[in-house]
Amino acid sequence: MSTEANNEAARQANAADTPEVSIVNIFVMGKRYQVPAGLTIMAAIEYAGYQLIRACGCRAGFCGACSTVYRKDDEQKLHFALACQTTVEDGMYLVQIPFVPASKAKYMIEDLKAEENTILSMYPEIARCVSCNTCTKSCPQDIKVMMYIQNALRGDIAKAAELSFDCIQCGMCAMRCPADIKHYHVGQLARRLRGKYIDTQSQDLKKRVAEVEGGQYDKEIEELVGMSEEQLRGLYNKREIEAKKKKKEGE
Amino acid sequence: MKLIDGYPQYMLDSIKKVEDKRMENIGKSIEPLTMEERQAVLSQFHPDFMDSSKRAVKVGVDKGNESYNGIVDLLESPSILDTSEVDLTKIDFDVDMLIIGGGGAGTVAALFALENGVPLDKILITTKLRHGDANSMMAQGGIQAADRPEDSPPIHYLDIYGGGHFTNKPELAKAMAMDAPGIIKWHEELGVMYDRHDNGEFQELSGGGTSRNRMHSAKDYTGMELMRNIRDRSRNLDIPVLEFCPIVELLLDDQGIVSGGVAFNIETHEYYVIRAKATIMATGGSGRLHLAGYPTTNHYGATGDGLVMAYHVGANLRDLDTIQIHPTGDIYPDPVIGILSTEKIRGLGAKPINVNGDPFVFPLEPRDVESAAFLKECDKGNGITTPTGMPGIWLDSPMIDIIHGEGTVYEKLAGEVRKFRRFGIDMAKHPILVYPTYHYQNGGVEINEKCETAVPGLYAAGEVTGGVHGKNRLMGNSLLDYNVFGRRAGIYAAEYVKTRTVGKLSLAHIDEYNKAVEEAGLKSGVKAPILLPEYRGKEALARALDIL
Repeated sequence: MSTEANNEAARQANAADTPEVSIVNIFVMGKRYQVPAGLTIMAAIEYAGYQLIRACGCRAGFCGACSTVYRKDDEQKLHFALACQTTVEDGMYLVQIPFVPASKAKYMIEDLKAEENTILSMYPEIARCVSCNTCTKSCPQDIKVMMYIQNALRGDIAKAAELSFDCIQCGMCAMRCPADIKHYHVGQLARRLRGKYIDTQSQDLKKRVAEVEGGQYDKEIEELVGMSEEQLRGLYNKREIEAKKKKKEGE
Repeated sequence: MKLIDGYPQYMLDSIKKVEDKRMENIGKSIEPLTMEERQAVLSQFHPDFMDSSKRAVKVGVDKGNESYNGIVDLLESPSILDTSEVDLTKIDFDVDMLIIGGGGAGTVAALFALENGVPLDKILITTKLRHGDANSMMAQGGIQAADRPEDSPPIHYLDIYGGGHFTNKPELAKAMAMDAPGIIKWHEELGVMYDRHDNGEFQELSGGGTSRNRMHSAKDYTGMELMRNIRDRSRNLDIPVLEFCPIVELLLDDQGIVSGGVAFNIETHEYYVIRAKATIMATGGSGRLHLAGYPTTNHYGATGDGLVMAYHVGANLRDLDTIQIHPTGDIYPDPVIGILSTEKIRGLGAKPINVNGDPFVFPLEPRDVESAAFLKECDKGNGITTPTGMPGIWLDSPMIDIIHGEGTVYEKLAGEVRKFRRFGIDMAKHPILVYPTYHYQNGGVEINEKCETAVPGLYAAGEVTGGVHGKNRLMGNSLLDYNVFGRRAGIYAAEYVKTRTVGKLSLAHIDEYNKAVEEAGLKSGVKAPILLPEYRGKEALARALDIL
């Protein structure tokens, strides 16, 4: 693959230079720009000449920095998307949300217990949920946000944790909620409570930590550290590969 | 172009061949390459082995050492900071510990510094973007720790060391393997939701180059789940964080000891002088330099700033003549080019398949070898060409449901499924197209097991460092790295600040470095660190005026 063709900037330029690529109109905070079709919203805004500081993060759908609100000029519906994961369409009126003000409860997880009212006591506003489902509709991850808030309200921490697991904490739910709930913080608390108190802890791990602390591997590891590269290569090449062994056993 | 299930017809024709041979391919086993065969494919196809990828740097402590061109370009540039504009007599933040970078390593360091006696108001994390905006958040597949009865830290050590082609610093590989179980324990206490069996034991998969199944995961959002927990802990403790304020250069005192840094508010363009008794460099990697022209999986802010700043104060770098290209970057459709498809997909049994529907490589070679095998297969003309002319290899994800039962793909790979669904592709039904992408900066600022760099007062942890992984990192060891060495940096730097007194602050080393660059006749045309990559459209840039 040629070096040129690879980086993102070059890709944008290629898209523009190739005659068959069609051009679409987008409106960045109301200003019209013509950009090549096929770009993500993020790449299109950059193509138009903006250097992003806010509203740009991992560029791969994990960080929640680039939540974008748009409406198409012929539509009623307001859309919510991640700018790095959504392709531009003609007639999009775009705004990126630079920051979400959403107060977070302060707690030390070791001081809490995973009880029915734990979440409610930290975030009492979840009792104000009117089940309008606007949070769910505004989630770019398609998470059932209202459902997990309802589970949190009922004290089903494990379910609230499971349903909220894919949350990237972009905060669009909290921005849209008529009851001022900070959903993504609620989900965070639910997951930590579940991970710490509800899921069964590993006995193998506990045992291994005690073995390491008790010095059980000190001698063996020091021998390895002291070995020549040749000795290590010998050992390395003779390793038994578990994944391969299992395959041979027909697993 | 008409798309069916997200693919044009000609790509579906190749997919048909993949489908027809799928059952046969699941049963067919390709042996791992021997060490000699690995070497042969690497030397022919991996960018680390190409003379055009790298050159010797002409200035600074590593003069004569080879690194990738994109990194040497920055090292051979003058500083972005005009020292005459900075008044060092006015201290804006006077702290015990400055932590540069708000990703995994930096945040873990802050938590352990606090636990080891550094007062809350004497810690300061500075970060270029938001707290948690880092490659740490993006890691998907998992984190290694030898905690199963059939595994042990010494076996993990051997995997790390062999995977790194025996170039790692032994004391660092040892720290990784030995600290790993304790790190997972700490995560349990924080409340990380690891994937478990009903009895509470972890579901552990194998990864490329690992001899035991020791990959702990949290669906395919492992990095996100860890970072969310660690950051939540930090926020609950009110650890001070200065967002959108990257450090642009380090400060030395009159003893030549690193004593903080100059921060630049990238929104207001003010600078802040930060005096610190200890400084921890945790700026992460350099994917956004697009070394060797590869697309990248990395975060927007991964521009190698820490390498440049540390080098300017005289810290040596190592192993930057290698980069980790990850075999399974996305190459279709265009908006996802460079984004990672996690190694866990292969861990779960999906095999790489060529245009004819045939497997050609053991699916879990170390990443460099697997990547080189993909590049070779494409070079032979057995790749699948995308509508915009990029070659790729099928990763036959539907195999996973056949092996583990229907619904596994949706359950275990929710993030991946979501990514492709946005473009009309159902990866449980159709394979996905991949090609190597720049994933990880193997080397960096050399540290020892206490995270000390060559320059007193400067510690480093995480992807910015060199020596832990040698010239190649294994899967699941980057999340482990930032936890192990973030923790160690916090602990050892907390010890160091107890006896440290800071002398008169200076930026004279920057003026000297600039002079050395000029005297060597180097004209890179840029200033370093660059802070952000340039992705603005060429047309818009060509018409830009410098007025405001």
